[in-house]
Amino acid sequence: MGLLSPSVSITQYRVEGQLPSPVNEQVTAALQNNTINEIDNDASEQTMGWTSFDDPYRPDFEGSRFVIDTAWVFSLRIDKKSIPAKVLKKHYNMEVAKRLAESGRDYLSKAEKKQIKEHVLTVLNMRIPATPNVYDILWKYEEGLLWFFTNLKAANEALETLFTRSFKLRLVRLFPYTAGLQAGLSGPEQDALDQLKPTLFME
Amino acid sequence: MLDIAVAYRRYQFIGDEFLTWLWYTLEQDARLLTRIDPEIAALEIGNRMVFENRYRKDNEETVTIKGEEANMDEGLLALKKGAMVTEVNLVYRSGDQEWRFNLKGESLNLSSLRVPETGKIETREDIEGAVIEKTYLYDKIIKLINVLFQYFIKLRISNEWSTKTVPGIRKWILSS
Repeated sequence: MGLLSPSVSITQYRVEGQLPSPVNEQVTAALQNNTINEIDNDASEQTMGWTSFDDPYRPDFEGSRFVIDTAWVFSLRIDKKSIPAKVLKKHYNMEVAKRLAESGRDYLSKAEKKQIKEHVLTVLNMRIPATPNVYDILWKYEEGLLWFFTNLKAANEALETLFTRSFKLRLVRLFPYTAGLQAGLSGPEQDALDQLKPTLFME
Repeated sequence: MLDIAVAYRRYQFIGDEFLTWLWYTLEQDARLLTRIDPEIAALEIGNRMVFENRYRKDNEETVTIKGEEANMDEGLLALKKGAMVTEVNLVYRSGDQEWRFNLKGESLNLSSLRVPETGKIETREDIEGAVIEKTYLYDKIIKLINVLFQYFIKLRISNEWSTKTVPGIRKWILSS
């Protein structure tokens, strides 16, 4: 579900820290250095990286194309290959049978079986295309806010990892406790927040 | 500050209490919402509410009430048994425009957010305008929820919570 979809999910974040000036150039460089790499025809199972919001299969951050009004808009793309278990089993068994016939033995060691499984996975990963998933991001730098257009746990964790690696800034997910800290509380009020215990409306 | 994962789990009850308080306030004290922000008064409970009893090990149940004409008595009964509102569908209207969305207590995540219709995207150049328009419409709901939550959290850590709000909510639940 992307930013322009008829129905969206949003996870709110606060971005802590400042980028060195000039910020647009900094962001361009960070996005380019962590752009998604294609893994089709490659043995990798999964990859993630930044991509263009308006053209997620041809990432291009030249000319600050990600700047819209006062926000930066781009996307996180996670590509993953999923080999069906039955396909993996079939190719593994075929390879085991072939190895046994070649060696003239009637058993394989644990290490040999592990090696065959890895080999089969590599061969299959080279043959199947990765499934791309694209999640949009809107970053209001001046306000220190970022909206991530999904609530999926794995995607949020991927965003937090890649964002920190790319921009060297801290990304804080806003949920009741962290949103409470954002409410302009005084020191004693923050202590009171830390001490809260659940209310039982009905004893 | 606490580790984020620890803080998420330890304080998820705050979000459930927030949604329970919000339902009570919408039902019983709508004038308070007008005082927080006149725009919030246009907020209504939508077509879905989820109730969970997280803290009573002997009575862990989830009750989901769905439908435009949902019978909220079942919800009050769940509260009576010690449950809290953990997720709610809300509707916000301004003029002839309507926003609908689900709000989850433990995360404050928004989902299934539908905003008033925006212009059609026919060319690549339309995308920028559409993003600006959609951002404005999302921002309206996000600001509304954030203002409400900020009011709630200050109330929650004040004495007023235990002396006035909790007895009021208890009375409302028992009156059903």
